[in-house]
Amino acid sequence: MKILVPIKRVIDYNVKVRVKADQSGVELANVKMAMNPFDEIAVEQAIRFKEAGAADEVVAISIGPDQAQETIRTALAMGADRGIHVQASHDTEPLAIAKVIKAVVAKEDPGLILMGKQAIDDDSNQTGQMLATLLGWPQATFASGVELDGNTLKVTREVDSGLEHITCALPAVVTVDLRLNEPRYASLPNIMKAKKKPIDQISLDDLGVDASQRLKTLKVEEPPARQAGIIVDTVDTLVDKLTNEAKVI
Amino acid sequence: MSILVIAEHNNSELNASTLHTVTAASQIGGDITVLVAGHNAGDAAKAAAAVAGVSAVVHADAAEYANGVAENMIPLIAGLADQYSHILAPATTYGKNIMPGVAALKDVAQISDIISVESADTFQRPIYAGNALATVQSGETPKVITVRSTAFEPAAASGGSAGVSSVDATGDAGKSSFVKSEMSSSDRPELTSAKIVVSGGRGMQDGSNFAMLEKVADKLNAAVGASRAAVDAGFVPNDYQVGQTGKVVAPDLYVAVGISGAIQHLAGMKDSKVIVAINKDEEAPIFQVADYGLVSDLFNAVPELESKLG
Repeated sequence: MKILVPIKRVIDYNVKVRVKADQSGVELANVKMAMNPFDEIAVEQAIRFKEAGAADEVVAISIGPDQAQETIRTALAMGADRGIHVQASHDTEPLAIAKVIKAVVAKEDPGLILMGKQAIDDDSNQTGQMLATLLGWPQATFASGVELDGNTLKVTREVDSGLEHITCALPAVVTVDLRLNEPRYASLPNIMKAKKKPIDQISLDDLGVDASQRLKTLKVEEPPARQAGIIVDTVDTLVDKLTNEAKVI
Repeated sequence: MSILVIAEHNNSELNASTLHTVTAASQIGGDITVLVAGHNAGDAAKAAAAVAGVSAVVHADAAEYANGVAENMIPLIAGLADQYSHILAPATTYGKNIMPGVAALKDVAQISDIISVESADTFQRPIYAGNALATVQSGETPKVITVRSTAFEPAAASGGSAGVSSVDATGDAGKSSFVKSEMSSSDRPELTSAKIVVSGGRGMQDGSNFAMLEKVADKLNAAVGASRAAVDAGFVPNDYQVGQTGKVVAPDLYVAVGISGAIQHLAGMKDSKVIVAINKDEEAPIFQVADYGLVSDLFNAVPELESKLG
């Protein structure tokens, strides 16, 4: 079985983002970029399935500008076998991304798609669900546990009220949550090996996908800042302030 | 304009998130219809009909809707979509699971997690864990939207008298099967709707130490939450998690105990009215958003706090 893992290049999760002065977006120039953390968890899970003999190939796909290839190399260094890069602008919307992946699925015929539940830049949490619907495949979102039993996938989902257990047949789309696994670090020999692994280049035209923007971003601004607070010395003072100043208890 | 609100419910009662979503719908303006899809969900449909501002309820009742399985819900909603200018659902795990598939079938963009309605076609939503706010405009119909509950007051649960009509079920898609759920049960208020939340982080050191926070919570009639670090460490279950990828809360009072204040945690609580931080590390970033900070060992401060609350 082949596993396809869509990955996104985003601003590193440790970086405090800055809004551009012209309110057109956030500053991406000279900012540390990295693979979306949820996608790393998806790559890790795919590699674990391969190591366990449940999959024979892991293919990482990224849709974005040239630099997306660096992110694909990261996945290859972790253990993915090959990459696919679809050239597109950084802010391609989830629906267009889902259509691109659907078109690639028609060529690659994977048995399973593992992907992050959301990207930490636009926080949309849409692409996996859209992809499953467009493909007509089962969807298992927010997965904190996945188990393959022949052709059946058993998934534990993290939902607001606790945990939910579902089963579905392959092929399926699984979106992964934080506690599924802890992604490995790539070793130096594997980073060197990754440089020789192939990355196919595909254009949106090759796939026949229209990726034009549907939503218009009118402005991007900083959230209102909180007023500076005070340090209290004792629990007594804290209780007094909450009772008499803030009046919340 | 006519707006369809997808109700989140447990077949007998509406979740509070549904009431917040109705308010967002009323700010868009127009007739509000609520879809209650469930199994033996007549009581939930009645509850929806009583919500102030709701003009109609459509009720789909079938076994395949019992657990909100997305592959069964999506065709039902998409089948109704052409009658509406907007389709709204709460931005909970329930709504997030279902709505993108509806948008995909209607070939429109989804607008996730809106925090304000600027006009019928323009909405504000947080990006980058709430470190930036984007104002986006949609020219498409229907507009498929998920709503952040904490940004909208709940609609009154009574006062409405909408009619309830039935719609045909669309059948079991047979794609995935619900097996069981493991729900945390607690007598405390629900995390996302509590007036006061007391949360613990890595500094709690052990799950059993959360008993200290529970005692404080009981005195304040508060919910108990946690940072990702505390959930990852197994101190408490996943449904306690507050943050960018967990629950978003905005209570009157948020007490962060032993929480350092990573960007991802702040994303889930920084709209709280008053924030208290108790942490022995005075450099902890949580103090930058706290209204009242107490630099102290939590193992002394929390029992003392509990003893001094009435």
